[in-house]
Parts: sequence; C-alpha cells; structure tokens
Amino acid sequence: MSEAIVSLRGVTKNYTRGKQKIEVLQPLDLSISQGDFLALMGPSGSGKTTLLNLIGGLDQPSSGEVNVGGQRIDQLSSRALAQWRSHHVGFVFQFYNLLGVLSAEKNVELPLLLTSLSKAQRAKHVATALEIVGLADRAKHKPSELSGGQAQRVAIARALVADPTLLVCDEPTGDLDRKTADEILGLLQTLNREHGKTIVMVTHDPKAAEYATHQLHMDKGSLIEQSANT
Amino acid sequence: MASSLQQVISVTAMNIRSIPSRLGTSFVIVIGIAGVVGVMVALLSMAKGFELTLASTGRADRAIIMRGGSNDELSSVLVREQAQVVLDAPSVAKGADGKPLAIGELFMITDVAKRGATTPNNVVVRGTTTRVFELRPEAKIVEGRMFTPGLREVVAGRSAQRQFAGLNIGDKVDVRDGPWTVVGVFDSKGDVHESEIWVDVDALMTASRRGAYNTVTAQLTSADAFQGFKDALTSDPRVTIQAQREPEYYASRSETLNKMITVLGYSVAVIMGIGALFGALNTMYAAVATRSVEIATLRAIGFGNGPVVISVILESLVLATAGGILGGALAYVFFNGYTVSTLNMQTFSQVAFQFRVTPDLLWKGVIWACSIGLIGGLFPSIRAARLPIVDALRSS
Amino acid sequence: MKYFPLIWAALGRRKPRTILTGLSIAIAFLLYGMLNAVNIAFNYGAEMSGVDRLVTTGRYSITQILPYGHAHQIRSLPGVSSVAASDWFGGYYQDQRNFFPQFAVEQEEYLGMYPEIVLPEQEKQAFFSTRTGTIVAKTLADRYHWKVGDKIPMQAGIWPLKGGSNVWTFDLVGIFDTANPKDRGQYEMMLIRHDFFDEARQFGTGTAGWYVTKLKNPSAAGTLAKLIDNTFANSPNETRTDTEKAFNQSFMKQLGDIGLIISSILGAVFFTLLFLTGNTMMQSVRERIPELAVLKTLGYTDFLVLALVLGEALLLTLISAVLGLTMATLVLPWLASQLPGLSGLTITLPTIYGALGIAVLLSFVVGLPPALRAMRLNIVDALMGH
Repeated sequence: MSEAIVSLRGVTKNYTRGKQKIEVLQPLDLSISQGDFLALMGPSGSGKTTLLNLIGGLDQPSSGEVNVGGQRIDQLSSRALAQWRSHHVGFVFQFYNLLGVLSAEKNVELPLLLTSLSKAQRAKHVATALEIVGLADRAKHKPSELSGGQAQRVAIARALVADPTLLVCDEPTGDLDRKTADEILGLLQTLNREHGKTIVMVTHDPKAAEYATHQLHMDKGSLIEQSANT
Repeated sequence: MASSLQQVISVTAMNIRSIPSRLGTSFVIVIGIAGVVGVMVALLSMAKGFELTLASTGRADRAIIMRGGSNDELSSVLVREQAQVVLDAPSVAKGADGKPLAIGELFMITDVAKRGATTPNNVVVRGTTTRVFELRPEAKIVEGRMFTPGLREVVAGRSAQRQFAGLNIGDKVDVRDGPWTVVGVFDSKGDVHESEIWVDVDALMTASRRGAYNTVTAQLTSADAFQGFKDALTSDPRVTIQAQREPEYYASRSETLNKMITVLGYSVAVIMGIGALFGALNTMYAAVATRSVEIATLRAIGFGNGPVVISVILESLVLATAGGILGGALAYVFFNGYTVSTLNMQTFSQVAFQFRVTPDLLWKGVIWACSIGLIGGLFPSIRAARLPIVDALRSS
Repeated sequence: MKYFPLIWAALGRRKPRTILTGLSIAIAFLLYGMLNAVNIAFNYGAEMSGVDRLVTTGRYSITQILPYGHAHQIRSLPGVSSVAASDWFGGYYQDQRNFFPQFAVEQEEYLGMYPEIVLPEQEKQAFFSTRTGTIVAKTLADRYHWKVGDKIPMQAGIWPLKGGSNVWTFDLVGIFDTANPKDRGQYEMMLIRHDFFDEARQFGTGTAGWYVTKLKNPSAAGTLAKLIDNTFANSPNETRTDTEKAFNQSFMKQLGDIGLIISSILGAVFFTLLFLTGNTMMQSVRERIPELAVLKTLGYTDFLVLALVLGEALLLTLISAVLGLTMATLVLPWLASQLPGLSGLTITLPTIYGALGIAVLLSFVVGLPPALRAMRLNIVDALMGH
C-alpha cells in the first residue's frame, strides 16, 4: 500500500445562484494513493467534475482540506495555486482544448514555458512526450490538421510534459468513437502502469472506467460506492 | 419564391434588426466614420472659409493700380503725378461730387497683438479718404463714426477688432509716430479688408513722412471697360504702372495660403478615410462572421446570393451614413463660424476668416462616408455569399 | 523572450483582422508623422536661432525702412561684436510661384555671424570680391539646376533698378549648405550683396530693412536690446530690438497656433482609432476565452495571462507605428513639394520617441480592458462555457 497522494477531508462546495444556495458537494472524505488510476463516475450534476476541479486546483472548496502531494492547496492564493498547478497537475479535457494557432509541439511546450528550462531542454522534453503518446511524426501539425484521437494524444503529451504528480482527465474520451477511445484509454493505462502516473479521470462511460484501477461512484454530491477493478 | 427586391428587404430588415444586439461593433463604424468626416469637414470648412473671404473681396468693375513689376500693394509706390494719370484715365466713373471715383491709398503694416497674446502681428493700415464708402459700398460703419480727415483717428475692420487686442472704440493704437485713437468699426461683409484698420491718408503721410501712395483703386464705368482702361494706362509713356481687376488681384495674393490649407486638408482627409476604411472592413467582416449561420440558413431556404450581398452592403451604408451625418453635425456645431486669423506670407499681413461648414461640404462628407461604407461592406458581403452553405451551417 | 512565439501566434489567429487593425493604426501614425514634421518645420527655425544675435527693426513694423546711419551707431555701442544691414529683396525667379526668400546683406559681417552657413573658402572670397555676386542654398541650386558661374535673372517685386527696369541679374559665385542638414529648411535662401543692391536700386538708397547685431556676450542680450532702442527713442526712426530667437518665434506665432490645430487633428484621429482597434481587440480576446482558461489550468498565473494579452496589443501597435512612420517618410517628400517653404520635412528622433510612447500608451488603453478581463477569468466558468 503506497502513501496517499491526494487526500480530502470534510470537503464541501456550495454555489449561490441569486438567493438560492446550491450544495454541490456534501462533506466528503477521499484518499487516492500514489500510482492509482481512479475513475470518477456518476450522472450529470453529481458533483464529479467539481470534485475533479478541487483536486486539480482549479477551484477551491467552501470548507474542508485538500492535500495533494503533501501540500494543502485549499488555502492558496490564485497566484500560488497557478504555480502549484504548473508543477503538480496535468489536465486532459473532453474537447482537447489545444490552442488552434500553435503546432502540436508548441502546444505541448506551453507548460514548459513556465519553467526555467532552456530552449534545447524544452525541445527534448517535448519530443519525449510526443514519443510517448506516439505522435512524434505529427509535431509540426496544427490541431486543425489532426484527428480527434491525435488531438487528444497531443493534449495528453501536454499534460505529461512537465512530469506532474497527478494527471487529471475530464471525460477524455467523451468526444471520440469507441475504437479511438479505447486507444486513448490504453494510452492512459500504459502511463499508469509503466510510468507510474497517478490518474484521476471523470467519465460516465462504464467501459472507460474499466481501464482504471479503482472506481468511485458519486450521486447528489456524495460518494456512494467505491470499488477496485480486478 | 419572393422577388429579389422582397428578398433584399427581408434580409436587410433581419440584419438591421440585429444591430442592437451587436451595438458595440455597429457603433465602431458610426463613431469611426463620424471621426473621419468630422475632421475632414472641419479642415475643408477652413479652406472654404478662406476661399469665401477672398471671393467676396473686390468687384470686377473695380481696378487696383500699382507700380509696374510690383507683386503687391506693400511693394508698390505711386507718386502723386502717377496717381493723377489714373484719375484722368478714361472709363473711371464719376462720384456723387462729379470727381473721378478713385482713391490713392497708403498701405502699411503695424504691429498689434492678438487678443490674449503679447507677440506682435502684422496688421494692415490703409490710408484712405472718407470717400472710401462710395468706392467700396460693401463697407459701412457699424459702430462709432468715420475718422475725421487730417486727424490721427482709426476705424477698425470688424474682423480685426475681434481678433486683435486694443481695437475697441476709445482705444489707442500705435500706427505711426505715436498713438492714434480708434473712433469706429466698419463691416465689409467679411472680406479681406475687414482684417485691416483704416486711417486718413493725409494724416498717415504726415506721420510716416511719406510723399507717395502705394496704390490707386478706381471704380470703372463698367466691368467691360477694364480692358480699355488697362490699355490706356500701360500705353501711357509717362508712367510704368499696371492695372488688375480687384478679384484677380486678391485671388492671386492668396494662392500660396489657399494651396497650403487645401493640400493639408485633403491629404489628412484622404489618409484618415483610408484608415476608417480598414476599420469598416474589419467591422463588417466580423458582422458577417457572427451571422454566417443565419446567412447560410437563408441561402439554404432559397434566398439568392444577390440579396445577401446587397443586404450586407446596405447595412454598412446605413451605419456609414449615420456616421457621416453625425460627423458633419459635430463639425457644424463646433466649427461653423469659428474665426481664426493667420499670416498671409504673400501680403505679409494678417487675414481673418471664418470656418464655413457649407451644405456642399456636409454633402461631400456624407458622400465620403457612403463610399467608405460601400467598400467596407462590399468585400465582406462577397465573402458571406461565397461561403459554402454546409460549412457555414456546421460552424455553429 | 520565450513567450514571443505565443504572442505572435495569437496575432496570426485571424490574419485579415490583425492586418486591417494594424493598417488602421499605421494610418494614424502616418498622420502623426506627417503632421509632426509640418509642425516641427514651422517651429524649428525659431528653436534653432542663435541667442547671441539681435534683430533691430522699425518700431511699428518690420516693413519700415531704417536709415543706414543706424548701423554705425549700433556698432559703436559697447558689447556689440558686429552689425549686418539686411533687406528683403522680395523678387522671384521666372514665375511668381517660385517662391524663396532673397536677402540683401552686408556679406562679410553676415557670413561672419552665421557660422551655420558653410561654403568653400574660395566661393566665399568670390562673393566678397564680386559686387553683382550671389550665393544660394544647395537645395535651391538643385531645384533650379543652377551652378557656379551661371547668371541668374531675378524679377524684382519691390525694388526696381535705377531707370525702372525690374530685372536684376546676379552672378552665382557660390553654393552654400548648412553645417547641420536639419537647418536646410531655415536657410533655403538667396543672398546678394547689400552694397550693390543699395547703389543699384531706384529708391530707398541709404537705408536698410533691419539690422542683425552679433553680441560679444549672449547674456547681455536683454540689456543691449534696450540700449539700442533707447539710442533711437524719440528720433524719427524709432526701433524695436529682439533676440533673433524671439523675433522668429513671434513671426511663427503670427501663423496662428499651428501646434494646437495639429494636436486637435491628431486627437480626433487617435480617438477614432481607439474606437476601431479597442473594439476589435476586445472581440479577439472574447473569442479566445476558452484558450486563455486552458493556459490558466496549465499554471499560467493571472498576471502572466494579463501580460500576454497586453503584449499582443503592444506588439501590434508597435509594428503598426513603425509601419506608419515608414510610410510617413515616403510621403513627406511629396508633401514638402506641395507646401512651399517647407522643404525640410523629416521624421526626427523626438517624433520617433513620441510615436513609440503613444504606441505604448495606446496599447495599454485598448489592451488593458480585455487583458483585465482575461486576468479575472474564472477557469471553471470559462471551461464550462465551452
């Protein structure tokens, strides 16, 4: 049993719409171990994306503690949080969210611009990341010249390139066909198994969840079921 | 299937109805073109005002006589004997007193500060006689009284009195050999003379110790009599003098300043217009882009390309015209009647004139705005019509 | 500047829009460059005039004539280094439209007090030894294709020759330039000798239009000016004396407030421009909100995102400013040829600095609202909006 890399204690999240207060997350405890590949499942509005945003440091809880990699992130300023994200989290989105004006390699390089790496070092890291996702030959292509699966691979390379503690994926296969989705999930599985990456993935697709090591089901802001895949 | 006209109307109406939802970008065209037209009309109204001041100076049936070879009144010298030759010339009309209606005048310059300033300005001092109102009936005293012959008294042109300090009735002004008293103000319908101050010619001759005139201005029996009058003078062996019709003389004395104002005005207007054209193109491209789905939908239903093109151009025209009208109105409100005075290098003297925002300038501004609107709408409209329907529908 | 490719790529996102926006900014800077050059040309002469030279004119107007005896009296005053009598010839070459100033001056005194006028020693001596000699500015010689040795017929506008003829013929003995090329506009003139001029003219002999006095000590200018005027006070020919600088300035002021007119035009131009570009830039940022949100998820700080958006505005305005000034340098020769007496129209260094300053200011004014918006962007909302 490895140590917990993510641990949430008594975390809640509320929004106010007008005078109405919406409780998105009920008080919630969660712990994710180093090397886990966790699939967060649940119907729309169950709070799974909100939970993912809290873990990824995009959002802050209304109360409770969020520890990632041994650091409390729920109290950080927006500036500190941004810096924290650049070191510890890689994001993969449903719609890839690549910058259309930049080539694949420039997109992958984006997180490295925040580091003190030299130009040559950055190029080396980018090449390695593209190699891992199997797109070394598409480095110079613009996102509009790539298929959905290829674009998502570029997005994964971008998430990997700074060697983050944690990969956070929000419906990474939601916009892909079955075959491509399987390839992407296979890639994530390889990253988890061979490169030891801890991954948290939101999905509503039970087949996608099967690639994970653990599954977590949510409904109405609460964890309702936790299981390990065999 | 509706007729083309109905199509145009319905597409245009749809576009124009959607303007409020795109107020920001629509506003850009209106304000941008208003700025351009405003500056252009203001600059041209300056040129126009100057031109009108010149055009109203002098009459075709009056002649100005100077020494042969001199360019202007300041550099001309006519001794009394020469002036007498002019007075005796045929075709010079007789005044009410039965004597020839021609006046030998002195033309000098003295320094007067502009209102609110201390630096000197070259103001024309014209030594003339009380008969000047018979010779130049366009001029009349509007305040105070005419100077008394022989006394050191001054009547100031209304423009001069407004532009320069110390030319109000009762003020003292240094003309020559000490202070002279302002006793009246004259109006000459905004012509060049209104920027001058007039004094008695004999008093000025005494004060400046001069014995000769600069020029003689003569009323001819008719405008047609000029050629005979001129020939008689040039062929007279006793004198080397030249005669010019007044309007020709005053127009020639302002060529340089006129050209400068016009060149500057038009270059700025044209260049700004090009800048605004880029802005209009940008805005209309964006307007078309945001509505590419609507336009594609209309075309899918069966609307033709023509109505789409025309409706986009019409929208651009409507906005540009609004801008043109706004710009012209601003120029009119802020500049019409605004008086300035500047140094005319050719006569070495100050001339005051008003900015005149005339209907033809406003019309020019609107035409200008429409041209910008037309070109600004043309290319984006063609793009809208050429966009493949399927692509446009998918781009939502 | 490792973020440069990122900013550059953002500008390339919608090339037609960027190009059109850039061009309209460039147009504004073209006007800025042109009008500034005109403004400087009008004021430059006054700025450059020496403070160690006084100009003495008639009390009421520069058009009055003063007896030549004044020169001797001024020369005898303490603190005076030299005095040059001067007259305005006021003629033209071939056509009245060929306007350029011609001055009759006391040649040795005049050239002695204007070291900014330079010509070969040999030509200078030729001017001193040829009574009918003339020297002209290089710009004029180039314009009318004159060369040393030519006889130049000048039509008199004010001063006929004895006998009544208006045609004066001068021998071109020298062509001068200015020590500093920037002064060319101010000294674009023809100089003839006052002694010859005075003797040959039909009337006015024994007088001068004004006197230029060189001081031994520039700090005594005020005192000496008063002393000169007091010397002639209550005489039939009273005088007014000013430093050459003040004299030129007051002359320029007579043209009216050109600076004010020009800054009003430029104000209107830049205001219009602000509307055109500000709106486009905001639109451009609006379209990219999801992209900016992605950068933030990658760990780009709010400040960095602000800087990137501002940098984009700055880059666009700077490129456009440079383009506009380049166009201005191309247009100025044409403009100068259309405006007589303004042959020295150039883009000066202060104009360039001014343009860069305005470009920076402009990019902040139009870039800051969208940049602030980008900075305050809430990632979660922005991503959900997708």
